[in-house]
Amino acid sequence: MTSFELGLAGFPDAAPLPGLIGGLLIGLAAALMLLGAGRIAGVSGIAARAFGLADSSLPRLGAWAFVIGLPLGAFLVMSQTDAPTPGFASPVVLVIAGLIVGIGTRIGSGCTSGHGVCGMSRLSQRSLVAVATFMITGFATVAVMNALSITVLP
Amino acid sequence: MMRATLVPLASGTIFGAGLTIGGMTDPARVRGFLDLFGAWDPTLAFVMGGAVLVMALAWAVQRRMQRPAFAEGFSLPDRNDLTPRLVGGSALFGVGWGIAGLCPGPGFAALAIAPVSAAIFVAAMLAGMLLVRLMEGRG
Repeated sequence: MTSFELGLAGFPDAAPLPGLIGGLLIGLAAALMLLGAGRIAGVSGIAARAFGLADSSLPRLGAWAFVIGLPLGAFLVMSQTDAPTPGFASPVVLVIAGLIVGIGTRIGSGCTSGHGVCGMSRLSQRSLVAVATFMITGFATVAVMNALSITVLP
Repeated sequence: MMRATLVPLASGTIFGAGLTIGGMTDPARVRGFLDLFGAWDPTLAFVMGGAVLVMALAWAVQRRMQRPAFAEGFSLPDRNDLTPRLVGGSALFGVGWGIAGLCPGPGFAALAIAPVSAAIFVAAMLAGMLLVRLMEGRG
C-alpha cells in the first residue's frame, strides 16, 4: 500500500489518498445497499439483526450476508498487500470497549456507518446530532486517556 | 432469495475493502484521528468525506426512484426527533470507540486481519447489544 501513500503537509502520519479511495468505496457500498436493497448500510443495526438482537424487516439472511462481506472485503485487500498487521488493544480493553460500543450503538440507534455515512449525507437531524456527540466524546476519551498516560495499543 | 442475499454480500464486501484501504481497520489510525489535541491524523476525515460524497449523490438518485433496483420497496428511517436516548447512546458509543479505536464495521472487518482481537471485540459488542435488548424487556 506504501506505493500510493501521499503525504499531507503538517501531518506526517496521514494517508489522505488511501483514505479518500477507501471512503469512496464505503460510499459505493452504502449506495448499493440503498439503491439496490432499499436500506441503510448501518453496521450496528445490521449486525444486531443478523444475531437476532434487533427487530427489522431486513431478511436475516441478507443481514448475515452483509456481515460476512465485511471480513471478506478486508481479506481481499490484505491478500494484495504486504502491509504489517496493525496492533490491537489487549483483551480486557477490547471487552470493555466492545461492551460500551454495543450498548451505545443500540441505545443511540446507529454508529459511524448508519449515522455517519448514511445519515449525514441525507442531512438527517438525528444523525448530525449523533455524529457530533460521538465525535466529541471520542475526542474527549482519547484526550483524557492521553492526559492520564493510559496507552492501550502496542 | 438469491438477490436478497447477493446485494448485501456485495455491499458488505466493498464496505470491508473500503474500510481496510482507508486504514480504518488500524486502531492506531482511528485513535490518531480522535487525538485532536495531540498528534492528530486527519485520515478518517478523508474516509468520511469520500463516503458522504458518494452517498449524497445516492440520496439524490434515491429520491427519483419508485423502488430499489432489487427489492420490493424502500425501508428507511423516518424519525426526526432528538431524544436523550439518541444523545446518551451516541455519547457512550464515542467513549467505547475512543478507548480501543474500533467501531462496529472495522470490528467485523478486522476478523480477517487480527481474528482473536477482533472476535473478542465483536463478542463483547454483541453482549452489549444483548444487554440493551434484555433491559428493554424484549429478550
